[in-house]
Amino acid sequence: MDTEAGPAKSSWRLAAGQVIDGFRLDAHLHQGGMANLWAVTRLGSDDPMPLIMKVPRIKGGEDPTSIVGFEVEQMILPSISGVHVPKFIAKGDFTGQPFIVMERLSGDSLRKRFDDAPLPIDEVVRCGALIATALHDLHRQHVVHLDVKPSNIMFRKAPDGSRSDAVLVDFGLSRHDFLPDLLDEEFELPMGTGPYMSPEQVQFIRNDPRSDLFALGVLLYHLLTGERPFGAPTSVRGLRQRLYQDPLPPLAWRPDCPPWLQELVLRCLEVQPDKRHQSAAQLAFELQNPEQVVLTERAARRARSGRVQTLRRWFAALGAEPAERGNAAGQAARSPILLAAVDVANADPALLDAVRDTVQRLLHTEPGARLACLAVLKINRIGMDELLDKDGGSKHVGLLVQLKHWARPLLQDLEATRPEQAGRVTFHVLEAPDAATAIVDYARKNQVDHIVMGARSSGGLRRYLGSVSAEVVAQSDCTVTVVRSVLRGI
Amino acid sequence: MKLALVTDLHANREAVEAVLGHAHAQGAQRFVFLGDYVGYGADPGWVVDTLRRYLDEGAIAVKGNHDAAAVQGAQPTMVADAREVVAWTHGQLDAEQLALLDRLPLSVRDGDCLYVHANAYAPTGWGYVTSRLDAVRSMHATDARLTFCGHVHEPLLFHLSGTGKVGDFTPVPGVPIPLSPQRQWLVIPGSAGQPRDGNPAAAYATFDTVSGDLTYHRVPYDHEAASAKVLAAGLPARLAQRLIDGH
Repeated sequence: MDTEAGPAKSSWRLAAGQVIDGFRLDAHLHQGGMANLWAVTRLGSDDPMPLIMKVPRIKGGEDPTSIVGFEVEQMILPSISGVHVPKFIAKGDFTGQPFIVMERLSGDSLRKRFDDAPLPIDEVVRCGALIATALHDLHRQHVVHLDVKPSNIMFRKAPDGSRSDAVLVDFGLSRHDFLPDLLDEEFELPMGTGPYMSPEQVQFIRNDPRSDLFALGVLLYHLLTGERPFGAPTSVRGLRQRLYQDPLPPLAWRPDCPPWLQELVLRCLEVQPDKRHQSAAQLAFELQNPEQVVLTERAARRARSGRVQTLRRWFAALGAEPAERGNAAGQAARSPILLAAVDVANADPALLDAVRDTVQRLLHTEPGARLACLAVLKINRIGMDELLDKDGGSKHVGLLVQLKHWARPLLQDLEATRPEQAGRVTFHVLEAPDAATAIVDYARKNQVDHIVMGARSSGGLRRYLGSVSAEVVAQSDCTVTVVRSVLRGI
Repeated sequence: MKLALVTDLHANREAVEAVLGHAHAQGAQRFVFLGDYVGYGADPGWVVDTLRRYLDEGAIAVKGNHDAAAVQGAQPTMVADAREVVAWTHGQLDAEQLALLDRLPLSVRDGDCLYVHANAYAPTGWGYVTSRLDAVRSMHATDARLTFCGHVHEPLLFHLSGTGKVGDFTPVPGVPIPLSPQRQWLVIPGSAGQPRDGNPAAAYATFDTVSGDLTYHRVPYDHEAASAKVLAAGLPARLAQRLIDGH
């Protein structure tokens, strides 16, 4: 019908050179199903940031999806910020010409790369980690995207070219914890993009950030195999199939898929959100630390579940009502990443005990938390280091052994009380000239929520060198707990 | 322009002082009072005098059912506690204060905003807007894009789309909500003088007419002092306890 009706009337009247609310239309870039995109310039501004104007397509009759979706994006985009979303500039309402002006990102969306799938394993993993990192940032800003798909993912290069960040675009189906959900009552059909929609979205749940992890799982599955895990259904019945039929494991398509990656992708595609990663940061963490992924039977699957099991799931799905979920930021906050930075080689044993006690208490209060234990092996800035000790053993391995030994009581406690959490404890030895910088960088890269570490000891040398913990407190973005052991002999 | 929307003050001096102070600090340039200045609380005279001062400075105010009752006597629909307070309140106010309450309009229309105490469909019927159905009835009764009302003591926000779909939302204090111009909104800021959503802090809202941002606020105040004054005035003990519990 679109082709017969021609392009949207209101936006078709727009022409290059026209000025709307102080923005000059320079070039028509793209016509999508819901909106037209124009490159624009803000008159009288010398800000070099390139801008686009998004103008909704108002079709002949009533088209609530595009109107309400546009309203939702106008509401949510100004409330979010950071490198993982386009910068909001201005909006115009439906009383005049409706529009949103935002930062124009250079380059293509991930959609272009999709036609080349299956992609090399390391590219799939890198993509997944970047998108999961972006999603975590969004969830922490109280927003669930709910339409994660290749065409809604762009990339932003750091000005010095050192790194690339994923940028999420199009918030027309998104949900903000603290703003009215204009879409909640609007439609009688599930909202989202068929192939990517999570089972709970099919059941009209719109406030679970783990829905975005399901969509990311679909996306990674496709990049990995070149196939869609649940096809591209167009009916509600077709959409509901994912409630009981599990996808063919990636290894069936692609024998070179590492089992750990299959584990992660299939975990994203779990029907129950509780069985997926509990936060995007936890998924990003595992994508960046594959050696730490705990393999389950998911990693070993070579085929779909048998008919009996599928039938059983179908029965279960028949009357299943999704549980009412919490909210985006709450879910992320309940699933924090704790980092215990432990100077196992040098610290006073009493201090090491005190750090472990604090970590244990935190794990008890945060059942959704995962713990990363970290030690830093100091190397010199210049020249090659002697990484073997005088007996020829590796210093790196030695430190790892000490770190695991330190954590043993913690693990024993967790295995007795919460075996699942014990499986989420990981160990890392970093080699770096400066311990504080290494800890802060690691925490930032892995989106650690809380660092626990010991205070400096009172030795003269330490005082002279300065305090690692003070440095970490000053530099890091997250909460830092500095533990002191009880003073004795005073 | 930044509006402060204050409603259901209910003769609670401590709460009203805290709310007005907070609103001034937020940069409020115009005050809109949505009724029920008296009733329940121990300081009706002070609240009416304060209202007069704000009216002299250009504030907008509409009449609430408790204000009408203080002038004319209790309505038959009022609960026993309220009836008892009506008689007491009448005795506390002088002729001038009663005349001021009597002169207040039932509703005020200002551009695309409608200010009314209870609802837009029958302002003197004092029907409560507590459900989506009530909200739709009120929004259908006016062509104003924004209706601000009180009467219901819990903060709430309703919206009605062009396609006739209605939604409701329990606001989070301190978070600006951009009120999209594409739909009708019905805003209930919540009671300043007698909150009933389990949180004793005084409620009110600010609205930026340029950006279209609506922000609900909660302002903690000395509710124990206000409660003690209710008891000291010999008013029903239940009314004193409500200020402590926020119920």
